[in-house]
Parts: sequence; structure tokens; C-alpha cells
Amino acid sequence: MINSQHTIVIGGGHNGLVCAAYLARAGRKVTVLEAAGQVGGAAATREFAPGFRASVAHLLYLLDDGIAKELALASNGLKIARANLETVALAEDGNHLAIGVDRVDGGGLSQEDKAAYTEYRRFMSKFAAVIGALHNQVPPRITQQKSDLMALGKLALKIRLLGRDDMREFLRIAGINIFDILQENFDSPLLKGALSLDALLGTFSGPRSNNSVFTALHRMSGNNGGAAGALSVPAGGMGAVTEALATAARQAGAEIRTGASVSRIVMDGVRVCGVELAGGERLDAGTVVSNVDPRTTIMELLGMRHVEADFARRINNVRSRGNAAKLHLALDGLPDFRGVSPAQLGERLVIAPSLDYVERAFNPCKYGEFSPSPVAEITIPTIHDPSLAPGGQHVLSAVVQYAPRELKGGWAEGKAAFTQVIMEMLSAYAPDIRDRTIATELLTPEDLEKEFRMAGGHWHHGELSLDQFLMLRPVPKSAQYRTPVEGLYLCGAGCHPGGGVMGSAGRNAATALLAQASAS
Amino acid sequence: MKTEQLHHRDHFKNAVYPSPFHSRQKEHNQLREWSRWSDYLSVPAYWCESMEYFSGRNACGVFDLTPMIKHRVSGPDALPYLNRLMTRDVGKIKPGRVGYSVWCNEQGRVIDDGTIFHLEEGVYRICSQEHQLDWFLTNTLGFDVKVVDETHEVCGLAVQGPTSCAILKQMGLAGIENLTPFGMASFDFEGTRLMISRTGYTGDLGYELWIDPDHAEVLWDRLFEAGENRGIRAMGSQALDLLRIEAGFILAGADFLPAQEAVRPTHTRSPFELGLGWLVHFDKGVFNGRQALLEEKQNGSRYTLVKLDIDGNKPAKDSFVYTKDKKYAGTVTSAMWSPSAKASIALASLEAPHGQVGEELLVEIYYQRELKWSRVMAPARVVKDNFWDPPRRRQTPPADF
Repeated sequence: MINSQHTIVIGGGHNGLVCAAYLARAGRKVTVLEAAGQVGGAAATREFAPGFRASVAHLLYLLDDGIAKELALASNGLKIARANLETVALAEDGNHLAIGVDRVDGGGLSQEDKAAYTEYRRFMSKFAAVIGALHNQVPPRITQQKSDLMALGKLALKIRLLGRDDMREFLRIAGINIFDILQENFDSPLLKGALSLDALLGTFSGPRSNNSVFTALHRMSGNNGGAAGALSVPAGGMGAVTEALATAARQAGAEIRTGASVSRIVMDGVRVCGVELAGGERLDAGTVVSNVDPRTTIMELLGMRHVEADFARRINNVRSRGNAAKLHLALDGLPDFRGVSPAQLGERLVIAPSLDYVERAFNPCKYGEFSPSPVAEITIPTIHDPSLAPGGQHVLSAVVQYAPRELKGGWAEGKAAFTQVIMEMLSAYAPDIRDRTIATELLTPEDLEKEFRMAGGHWHHGELSLDQFLMLRPVPKSAQYRTPVEGLYLCGAGCHPGGGVMGSAGRNAATALLAQASAS
Repeated sequence: MKTEQLHHRDHFKNAVYPSPFHSRQKEHNQLREWSRWSDYLSVPAYWCESMEYFSGRNACGVFDLTPMIKHRVSGPDALPYLNRLMTRDVGKIKPGRVGYSVWCNEQGRVIDDGTIFHLEEGVYRICSQEHQLDWFLTNTLGFDVKVVDETHEVCGLAVQGPTSCAILKQMGLAGIENLTPFGMASFDFEGTRLMISRTGYTGDLGYELWIDPDHAEVLWDRLFEAGENRGIRAMGSQALDLLRIEAGFILAGADFLPAQEAVRPTHTRSPFELGLGWLVHFDKGVFNGRQALLEEKQNGSRYTLVKLDIDGNKPAKDSFVYTKDKKYAGTVTSAMWSPSAKASIALASLEAPHGQVGEELLVEIYYQRELKWSRVMAPARVVKDNFWDPPRRRQTPPADF
């Protein structure tokens, strides 16, 4: 007899843990099954070289305040080592630009650009709040039902309340590309390049790609510690966030099993009845919630034969081509980034010197090649938290684009070559970087896909775009976290509102599941 | 004559191809009229629609089936694939048997209907009215299965009517009389394989003969030789249409709108709305349309397809159907004067809750006599049984005519 009250959460990433915590708080019997030896998925802190630790997701900017509060993450061990990081846009000549949430300095910036930046921050923050307001709700469906119509009405009202001019501007830019918006507002190539990067990290797009304003807004849509899009570094790396979530889930009564890799979802006729682990062990459950991305969940864990063909086709068409590689360097000391003061070295350093540079970096990936001159987002977390490396030594953590999941010739061949390209690029800014490097880890999208079960190695579990957002994410008939398969739910970043260590997808999934359970 | 090689680079220059039986059809086609049916030339009537109809009912009518769309499904997952595609439990169609089925889209609306031939263990042929390759291939995601369109590799003749079995026996096809309805048998024929199924679209004793196009002409010749004294006649599509209405068989494009052709999705029909609920097997696992059809089953259907027995002798073509107090109830989808039932009969799609057996209705018929139009509100009632359903249809072995 299946225990219909038992819920299994596949995957102990942040969303899986959030979902488990909320379900357990509501009195459900929950077991989280995590394949790795520790919870956290791509938001875990892991050792990549003896004594050196880093997190694949290395900055916190979207974590939902409400979740942090409700699950008492601070008292469960989460400490922020450094909040409100600035961004240093690196210039090869050392004339860098420092970009904060309310000011921008250096780089020979004109007064006009400085003023324009204030205005840019104003409207982008305002628009991002419209998107952010959608995060903590189960997306409405396109029906005549009152609750759905009300939710859509609320969104329309939110947009209308921007005021006439801002509403007009929001509607004008929300679907277009960041290149045009930056060109309209700024002169400095360095500023434009750096700002464009926030629209493009983790996506399959360049500055001129449509939809890149939306991704920029999405990145700023969090309310993490105040200003829109503010960046912080947790003490102990991102793993501290997921460990705190795990503690909260356990306190609420959830069981968490690590080293438990689910090989398939087991069906009894048309409904889910449990999961099978890689070792062959079967676990019964009336409800299975998958933190694994939707494509992998349906196509591999469940099997297409258990869903109707139209749904299968839509799932198969979810765009999920990862493009971001992750570099971890173990350093024997702080590197010397030319022109970057010691105080600035702990900020976020970005290499995106101009819009055309970024666009050119994007071009090759369309044809299955990596960028010969990549763009990068670099942090040195050990400056804020020395515990991540042996005494006096450091970790450099960088998101590097563009590295297409499907590389011509394959990543087995390409990995060493791309590592060379990245080291070459870093050397141009920090000439001693090679000498300081003790160990290197490059995680390609292929590695990310394999290690964290993210289709395409895409950190949003599916491209984040208007056509894959809200009631279209991942696809209709599962955008409310409930799949067409009886008893199977999704709770990961592949669902609304996407990735970025937010937790909202996990909480929304729990809300949807509990509402469904009380309705039936 | 061989079928046209459709993979030839110049194939697009011809929109419509002569059937492999064309040379023989031409000899019989006294009216010299040709119509298009899918990719082929077809004959609406060879000499007289009515007389061809009577051949089919009283002797033997031969109809060229080649234009029927044929897909072959094979591979280890053929059965699970078909069970997810079709509304019925395909596992119940054993090797050597044929089954009728419909397939639906996600909204539970019928895309097409057709027959599934279980040719050999795990190898199936699906005969349908419409090309389905795109949909069938879409359905292969996640299945280890091969789907090919083999329309042009197989040609077919429907041999229908009371003397059909005797004619095939005369041809030397030993044991054909033992074939049960919806059964299949293979015969060595002129150095090739002739497959015969006891199937048809006339609701009578009848067979369908399937062969490679190279042997089309010799098959035709041998058949007509054998049937010379048993009233064999080439039959056109108009006569076949009359036969199928009497038998209560629906036709895609006439009695329902294939869901993938619909611009207006509400104009499509579910299996329940076509009287085909018996083909929907909810207990077999997931299939396309299952969720929508379950909901429909709970909430009720919008339409029913019914058989109408109409007073008078005017064919109720394209007629509106009303309740006795002249409220709109639906429309006629197919209609004829049935010479065999001696009645004006029709298939009609009625809005719920109409369509209960025995319900009295009015059918508004417009008809013309020597260019003068008249209208009659003909009383009609919903009937349960087919207008033509002779015992010989099921009898094995059939009586010798």
C-alpha cells in the first residue's frame, strides 16, 4: 500500500530544500533525496582542490527575504560575510570603473553618463519590482476562473501604477534588447559593456538578443538586503545558504538523505507511486516533487510515455542551452589586477569592456564554438571569508561566457583549450595570475549538467525568457508546479520564477501542492 | 504500372499521380471522369453511381484503395507507442488481426480514424484518411520505434459484396472462406505476397487486398477474370459513399473535422461526440487526449452523432435538424436515400442533450424538381441500429453466392 501522505523531493538544491521545509511545516511527511554527498546542488560549497572550497553559484542577489525570515536562515547559521558588493568594470589600461547601486566612478566617465546612471537605476529598479512582485505567486492560468483573472488583473494594475510615462517605457523595453537601451542612455563603452553583462549571465544571448532587458530586470528583481540586485557573499560560500535551508527543513520534520541518486520515478498506471534509486532501492510515495529540471524530470526520470504527446513535445522544446562555464582557481596569494586597489579586489570584477566585445564573445557559441575572448564575472570570496582556503591563500571564482553546451569537437577536447583562453584573458588584467595558480577547475556546461542534473548545464534549468516565464514556465500544463502526471510536481528553477538562488519556485510549489491536497 | 517514385527529384511537378491500377481503371471508366483523392487519381463513378452501388450490395464491387494513407510502425516500442497514440487498447489487437481506432489531440478531439493492421508481432500498419507522418513522428519522442509512410509502397483493392468470397476462392486463394471478420491472411500470388484482410467500408461481406504496386495490374486482371460470372464491377467513390452511410461508418471531413485541420477548434469532435466512446479505454494508461476525455466524461459532451430515419424519400443533404417545436438541434453530416433500407437516412450531429434513441425530430430538407426549389420539414427519429447490417457480414465461412 502506497503511503499517499509521504512526499519525496528529488534533489536537495535550494528549491528542493525550501519546498521540503514548507511541506514539512504543513505537517507532511517529507523525504529529500540528494544524489551528492551534501545538500545544495549548484549552491553548495564544495572542495575543488585540497583545502580550497568554492560554490558554483557564487553570489547571492535574489534570495527571497520572506523565505529567509520564515525559515529563520540567520538563526540557522546563515551569515553574510559581505553585503552590497560593488562592480568593478575592468579596463585593460587599468582605468577601471566602479559601479555601485547608487553611484558610478572612475573610467573617465562623463557627468552625463553619471547622471544617466542614476536615472537608469531608477527606472530599472522600478520595472524590476513589477517582475519581482510576481515571484511569490503560483502563476495564474489562462482561464475564466476568478482567481486567475484577479491575478492577471493585479499584474495589469501593477504596470498601470507605474504611471503613464514609466508604464509606456516599461512596455516599450520589457521585450527588447539591452544593447539598444544602453546605447540610448550611455556613452562610455566600458559602462555599457559591464551593465550588459548583468543581462546576459547564465543566458543564451548577447547584448543585441531580444529579451535581454527582461533578463536584466529579472536579475535586479530580488529584494536581497535592500537595493535592487544588490550582491552579497555568504560566509562559508553559497553552501551556507543551503545548509541553513537544510537545517530549517530538518527542524520542520523533513528527512534528508544524501548520496541517494534517483534513477527513475515509478508509476502505478497513470499515477506516481514512488522512486527508484540508482542502487535499485524503491521508495514509496504518493507525491513526488522534482527539483531536477523539467526536461530531465519528464524525459529521463519519468519517461515520455507517461505523458501525452503534446506535452512531451512542449517539454522537448524547452530551450535549455547552457552557455556559462565556471572557473575555480586555487591561488597562493592575492593576484595583482592592474589598477585595482586592494580595497576593490573584494568587489565583483567584470570583464566586458564594450558592447561589441560582448557581442563578439557571444557570436561563436551560436555555431558551437567557445569565445576566443570571453566575458567574465570574477569574485575572490576568500577576501571576505578566509576559511575557504588555507591560511594566506585564496580562491578566485569566475563565471565565464560563452561556452556552449554543444561544443564542436566536444568538451573532452575543448576544455583544456578554453581554460588556456581564459587564463590568457585573465593575464591581460592580472599578469601574475598564472604564477599564483596552484590548482584549476573549469566546469563546462556539460560538467554542470552531469554533476547537478541541469539540462544543458543551464543554471536557470531552462532559458529565462518571456516565452518561458510565468504561466509559460516551463510549459503550459505544468506552470502551476503540478504536472499532468497525477502526484508529480516540479519545484526547481525550471518553473516560475526561474533560478538565481531565490527559493521562490520551491515555496510556490509547496503552496500549489498543499492547495491541491486540501482541495481534493 | 508502378507507383510514381515520389523520392524522385521531379516529383513535385505532378500534384496527383495515376494509381497503379490506372490502366485498368481507364478501361472501365466509361464516364471518363477523374477526381483527386489525396495523392492519386480516383474514379467518382465508372458508368453509373447507382448500378455500382447495387454491385456492391448484390454482387461484388471493386474499389481502388491505394490512396488511403498507410503508415508502418515497427520497433521494440511499437505497442506502447501505439497505446499512447490511440484511444483504444491496441494490445487487444493480436498479430494477424485488424482493429478500428481513433486518435486524438490534447483536447481530446479526433485527429483521424483508421484501421490498425497487426501485420506480425510488433509490426503494425495504420490506414487512415489523412497524412499523419508529422503527428506520428512527433509522437515518437521517447519511444524506440520506427514510423514510415508506406502509402506508395502498398496498393489496395476493396472487394466488397455477397459474391466477394466466392470470387476470391475462384482465384485460387485456398481457405479464404475461413477468414473471420477483422482477420488477415497472406497468399503467394504471382511470385509476390498478397495480403487479404476481411475488412471494408460497406458493412457487408467483403475483403481488402493489399499488394506491391508492381503486381497491381495482374491482381486486377485475375480478380476480374475470376468474378466474370459473379457480377464483379469496378466501383467508384460515389457508390462507396452510399454504402458506408448505410453501414453507419463516419468519414473524416464529412462527419467530423480532423482536429489538425481545424481553424476553429470548437468545430472538432471528441470520440464520445462521434458515438465512438467504445473506443476509449481509460484503464490502459496514458494516451493522447486522456485527461480531456476524462473531464468530458465527467462534465458531459457537447454533441452526439446519431442515425436518423427520415420520413419521405428526399435525401436530407446538408439539412438542419430541429426539435418538434422547431428549436435548433443540429445538422445532418451525411444523407442519402437508401435503396436497401428503402428509407431516407442520415447521420447527424446533434447538440446535447438531443440524440436519445427514439427522439422525434424535424429535418428541414430543400429539394429541387426541374429547377424549382421546395422545402419540407420532414419528421424523423433517432434510431439505434445500422440501416444495413446483414448476417453474412459476420458469417464464417460465408454462404456461397
